[in-house]
Amino acid sequence: MMGFAGWEMPVWYDGVVAEHMAVRRAAGVFDVSHMGQVEVRGPDAMALLQRLLSGDLRRLPEGGAQYGLICDERGGILDDVLTYRLAERHFLTVTNAANHERDLGWFLDHASGFDVDVRDRREEFAMLAVQGPESGALLARLADGPLPPRNHCCQRTIAGLAMLVCATGYTGEAGVELMLDPAGAGAVWDALVGAGAHPAGLGARDTLRLEAGLPLHGNDIDERRNPIEAGLGWACAEQTGFIGAEAVAAAREPDPSARAERLVCFEIAGRGIARQGDRIEGGGVVTSGGFSPCLERGIGMAYVPADRSAPGTELVIDVRGAARRAVVRAKPIYRKEQ
Amino acid sequence: MEQAGYPDDLLYHPDHDWARIDPANPDEATFGITWYAQDALGEVVFFDPPKLGTRVTKDEPYTEIESVKAVSDVIGPLSGEVVAVNDALADSPEAINEDPYGAGWLVRVRLSDPSERESLLDAAAYRASLGS
Repeated sequence: MMGFAGWEMPVWYDGVVAEHMAVRRAAGVFDVSHMGQVEVRGPDAMALLQRLLSGDLRRLPEGGAQYGLICDERGGILDDVLTYRLAERHFLTVTNAANHERDLGWFLDHASGFDVDVRDRREEFAMLAVQGPESGALLARLADGPLPPRNHCCQRTIAGLAMLVCATGYTGEAGVELMLDPAGAGAVWDALVGAGAHPAGLGARDTLRLEAGLPLHGNDIDERRNPIEAGLGWACAEQTGFIGAEAVAAAREPDPSARAERLVCFEIAGRGIARQGDRIEGGGVVTSGGFSPCLERGIGMAYVPADRSAPGTELVIDVRGAARRAVVRAKPIYRKEQ
Repeated sequence: MEQAGYPDDLLYHPDHDWARIDPANPDEATFGITWYAQDALGEVVFFDPPKLGTRVTKDEPYTEIESVKAVSDVIGPLSGEVVAVNDALADSPEAINEDPYGAGWLVRVRLSDPSERESLLDAAAYRASLGS
């Protein structure tokens, strides 16, 4: 167990590699109840979220999910979040645990003048992620109706408990995230495990998201980085006028100083694993590093000079004094054969 | 290796290393890490053994073990010079988890000061140091 943002969480149950491969090949279940929820509802809910989130909420249908960033005025990334549109004027945003209080305060601070109700819902939701190619079939046996399509959500009863079922995740696999009453979460966990979901911990969550090329706020992105250098320009719709939009638009322009950096995925060419903070020759730093169970190699994410960010570019990383060769890889690093 | 275990025929360093000294050849010792150490590390994915001839100093790091979770120093339980390394670990580092006292041995060392062994723990004292 390790402490994380005030939560006691298992790093692994029976081993990171076994849990990782269970999610890639079958199905795993993660307790991600540390994630926070902020609810925004009311006539101006859309207008407020257009200011607070980088994506264009007009493109988010009822029952849909959208990834977006919360930026400050300088374009720094305060958090990356998924927002679910539960009804026309009713949204639920899932925050990262370490940022939840700041996000909530940011929402409340900016809500004045908008006809909305902003509420902290973190204490009311446990959250379980069921991920992997067999997760759909496994859940179908426990659910009272069809599961939502990818990037959608709906109310369902699963293992006897009514809950919000969201077809989203952080592993690069098909799957769902369940938001449910904490009082019933233990029984639902047991039912999922009984149906064949492999318990998986924080360790596998990290190796899976690294293979999938998904950044982790606090490691790979934070308020010192803007969405463009983080490779998240696709999640930004500056025309909505969100907070930070002008800075993001400016960051899209070519940088005459040539000092711009880009967040890339890399794979170590031989043995060894680069870790967070390892320096890259010629400039740059590793922000996440770990072992890829699928590739059986060290992989990671790093900021490198923009002119050395193309896939195939060779890097040399100082790993505890040893020069390790690495190669920039396209995201995701691991892609399932079709 | 599912169950914790600390064989009685080994000497233990409090930093979770073991040394095996064959009474027939008391000038050499085999080193490895304990069940407790491999359990704390989690799945070992890389082990680059030190080169033959490397000097090992008691209480100082002499090599590294890379697990899924982290890279960790391995502390020399005794001083000496590496005379053999477990090359099989390059292809099967998981032996350090599965058989830490057998196939998961790390190096064999010619001891420079065999009297250092007096400061190591026996199995009962090491177990006690773990609070179990």
